[in-house]
Amino acid sequence: MRIQLASTTLIVVVAFAALLAEAVPVKITLPPETAKLKDGPGSELVKGQCLLCHSADYISTQPRLSMAAWKATVIKMRDKYGAPIVEDKIEALIQYLTANYGSTAGTGAKK
Amino acid sequence: MSKRGPSLNPSRRQFLKQGAMLGIAALAREAFVAAEDMVMLPFENGERPLVKYPGKRPLIRQTTRPPQLETPFSVFNEGVITQNDAFFVRYHLMLSPPTSIDPETFRVGNKGKVKSPMEFRLEDLKKLPEIEVVAVNQCSGNSRGFSNPRVQGGQSGNGAMGNAKWKGVRLKDVLEKAGIASDAKQVLFNGLDGPLLPKTPDFIKALDVEQAIDGEVMLAYEMNGEDLPMLNGFPLRLVVPGYYGTYWVKHVNEITLVDESFNGFWMNPAYRIPDNGCGFIEPGTTFKKTIPIGRFNVRSFITSMSDGVKLKQGTPVVVKGIAFDGGYGIREVVLSDDDGQTWRAARLGQDLGKYSFRPWEFSFTPKAAGSFALKVKATNRTGQSQPIESQWNPSGYMRNVIETVKGEVVG
Repeated sequence: MRIQLASTTLIVVVAFAALLAEAVPVKITLPPETAKLKDGPGSELVKGQCLLCHSADYISTQPRLSMAAWKATVIKMRDKYGAPIVEDKIEALIQYLTANYGSTAGTGAKK
Repeated sequence: MSKRGPSLNPSRRQFLKQGAMLGIAALAREAFVAAEDMVMLPFENGERPLVKYPGKRPLIRQTTRPPQLETPFSVFNEGVITQNDAFFVRYHLMLSPPTSIDPETFRVGNKGKVKSPMEFRLEDLKKLPEIEVVAVNQCSGNSRGFSNPRVQGGQSGNGAMGNAKWKGVRLKDVLEKAGIASDAKQVLFNGLDGPLLPKTPDFIKALDVEQAIDGEVMLAYEMNGEDLPMLNGFPLRLVVPGYYGTYWVKHVNEITLVDESFNGFWMNPAYRIPDNGCGFIEPGTTFKKTIPIGRFNVRSFITSMSDGVKLKQGTPVVVKGIAFDGGYGIREVVLSDDDGQTWRAARLGQDLGKYSFRPWEFSFTPKAAGSFALKVKATNRTGQSQPIESQWNPSGYMRNVIETVKGEVVG
């Protein structure tokens, strides 16, 4: 009985060692993306143009920006980050961002 | 699997079981979403969910993709070391964090202006002399949400920082294995995270060779006695003690020496400060010359109580907190309950090294009933301290104003 126990232990140890020696990738699963853009005119456009590279909370957590600041951001995303933003959609993007996440959105004025 | 019960067609039974499980999973996910705990950071539009990520306790989610997670401030009162599961997370690019890394096949390459390009396995690195350091990692934009006027970027409260014991090898030893070419000027670091679009600049950071071989810059594989969490750079990250987190490249797999000053996007124009000695300007003014952000300035925080605390008149309370700087070490921490007119010294606690949080304690007896405000200010060993008024720059970097906790004294 004792011998059997010992050999069982040995098998377990060997199996464990084999497991250690074997390449075991470290994997993670990220939680679901729950942040959403506000619905409204232009929201589908913003989804298509902006949310390819980042989630909606990159927009929604910003302070209430002026139209000029949203415009500068859209241009920066195109020119610095290489976002494939279509020239004739820029105005509509800025309109949506300012209306929903801008300083005219009425959720607290900038100081 | 059950031995009892009616003889239901096994495949049908399985179908039902799976269906039920899927239903439950869907419900659970709904419940999870609905039950997200929210926190309110103390600035406009500061509501954030607390979300649990792999290897992490629920943290303040600033952004989802790529993830930016902030440490709830109460964690800093749990101890001078920030636990791995509470340590903040900040990524820049769409294809991050990596979701699967095989440490057996992981390699870090050293190429460019070296005598002989090399590839290191983790076990090769672990044969080099091992070093340890306790060091603060702080995001350049920690506390950006408090900028006044507000600025764009990750809207962090004060929790985009942490203090850990890092274990690894000297970058110097790794570079010397390959041999540094005599015309090498900078060392570039790239990690496994990457952009989705070909035109988005990859996250690459640079250090001057002379800093890279100072013997303190480290390739770390352990954090607080464990493998690095995936979200903090598993299996290997750069540790640049005293410097902002932007240099602490995660999942480092490419080290390249170059004979020029690197001008990639994440070195220029990103992560730069006005070149005027302090890094701050008057809001509304402009500046021409910039330099890459560098060392931390001095900061200190009260951790044992937060705004809205109620204290009892005449009853002494031990106030606790932390202080840190860019690596000179904290000389003094003082507190004031009269709006900065008079200051009294706190008692400094355990010294875990000049790059660590330095804990402190202060005995405070509130004398008068009514509202009170307690300020804390640290000074480092070179005499650098903290400003009474908050300073500003357009990127919201390097905030280090004297912090104040406001509360009420009841009779």
